[in-house]
Amino acid sequence: MKNIWTIAKREYQNYFNSPLAYVIALAIFLPIGIYFSIIMWVSSQQSFYGGPVPEPSPITWLFVFLLIFLAPALTMRLLSDEARMGTLELLLTAPVRDFELVAGKWLGAFLFVMVLAAGTLIFPFIMNQYVSPNLDKIKLISSYIGVILVTAALLALGTGISAIFTNQFAAFFVTLGLYFFLWFMVNLPADWLQNGGDFLNYLSISDHFSQSVNEGTINLGDLVYFLSLTALGLFTGTTAIEIRRWR
Amino acid sequence: MIKVSGLTKDYGSRRAIHNVSFDAQQGEIVGFLGPNGAGKTTTMRILTGFMPPTDGEAIVAGYDVVEESLEVRKRVGYLPETVPLYNEMIVFDYLKFMGELRDLPNVEERVDEALDMVAMTDRAQGYIGALSKGMRQRIGLAQALLHHPEVLILDEPTIGLDPGQVVEVRELIRQIGKERTVLLSTHLLHEAQNICDRVLIINKGKIVAEDTTENLQARLVGAERVIVRVRGEADRELGLVIKEIKGVRGVELKDEGVVEFEFASGKDLRPEVAKQVIKSGYDLLELRPLGLSLEEIFLELTNSEPRRGN
Repeated sequence: MKNIWTIAKREYQNYFNSPLAYVIALAIFLPIGIYFSIIMWVSSQQSFYGGPVPEPSPITWLFVFLLIFLAPALTMRLLSDEARMGTLELLLTAPVRDFELVAGKWLGAFLFVMVLAAGTLIFPFIMNQYVSPNLDKIKLISSYIGVILVTAALLALGTGISAIFTNQFAAFFVTLGLYFFLWFMVNLPADWLQNGGDFLNYLSISDHFSQSVNEGTINLGDLVYFLSLTALGLFTGTTAIEIRRWR
Repeated sequence: MIKVSGLTKDYGSRRAIHNVSFDAQQGEIVGFLGPNGAGKTTTMRILTGFMPPTDGEAIVAGYDVVEESLEVRKRVGYLPETVPLYNEMIVFDYLKFMGELRDLPNVEERVDEALDMVAMTDRAQGYIGALSKGMRQRIGLAQALLHHPEVLILDEPTIGLDPGQVVEVRELIRQIGKERTVLLSTHLLHEAQNICDRVLIINKGKIVAEDTTENLQARLVGAERVIVRVRGEADRELGLVIKEIKGVRGVELKDEGVVEFEFASGKDLRPEVAKQVIKSGYDLLELRPLGLSLEEIFLELTNSEPRRGN
């Protein structure tokens, strides 16, 4: 367990040493900031005519939506680059279990995204100053629990894919493809199917997040879904490292 | 400390090492000598727990490399051939990271101590990416020494170092080898002779010879080859003069003024040859034994019956 933390700490610090982290922070905060301004402006206009009160859930939705595009860049090099640089040999001959290595890498990336997510709390905080009565706290907490769960799942899948590839760009595109599939595509045919549609809907990240957790309802099904994806990602990564050893 | 028996490793259909067996005791420096692709790195990677063997068994520091891999890895210091390091890290931070992974007490003191051993204390706060190849090599060595390992496995430890550093690193290895077990690979024969107590020669995945350096040399140099250089042209006559001496064989006319020949080791024919060459009216410029190159040793070994193992 201590090893997971040691590896995570190095990975987390590593993000701040690279320009990539700042580019990603910009790519998250700039669109959210603009979106937030628009929401505030539009609702201030409409409030004259008794329009709806602004809510923070579009902010968390946009954060997760942007992660679909940006998280592959955060996870692509986690393990693939270690393999390419040969430093994997160092880690695999240190007294570290394969799972600890994969989980540590994942945790480092997770903590970095959590810092970004914490940064977005400024938007609901500002919003709260202009809304009366105050924002629905329970719903806000549910949204952020959703952000934590989605981040954990996406980054675990990305880490797992990064362990399979030695080329970080291959890892990037496969990860991006998988996220697209799980976010946009998996439940596209659900409406045409006579049965099985529910199952496809269950596989969709956006169903679990946008239509459930982000709207203030956390079902056991959502929890199981996100935690299963996280476990699947970490398991894939660990297995890929073990296979690397045998090759 | 290291006990290897019947170790075999296949990469797909290619057999990298085949039935390798040897052992190494505490306080012994064992050299792994062989050409590129002979299986040195593969064997070392198995011993360090990086990858499991296809067949066979290896016990390192009292633990099985497959069954008790973590225990082995705790007790082994390893310098991989490619010296992988994180270029974007600061030297001290990197060593501290590796020390923390090994759960060392007083990590920072250990790092200072290791840096001192490889004489890199003054670069502790520099970025690894800015180091020269020789310095990287020494940081890699510091990493391997950090936890005072019982067994030290070094893959080509002196490659890329300048001559002064080579001497220093060899001295360091000799020091460490007094108390611990060191297995190092090299493709330089003189390096093996210089630091190793015992040498394993590996070729095409098989151990073809195992002996102390002295014995191996004596055995290998079954014939000594000598070069003779005279002023002016070495004609056929000079060749004949040398050929006539009893015990000389394999006379060859080389460049202008150069003749090579060999004689069975044990009875040095050089004084006799010198006498005869001068007596025949040549100006003798040089009479020098040609050391056997590694390639010649391999030819010798692969042609003759291996002494041990196969």
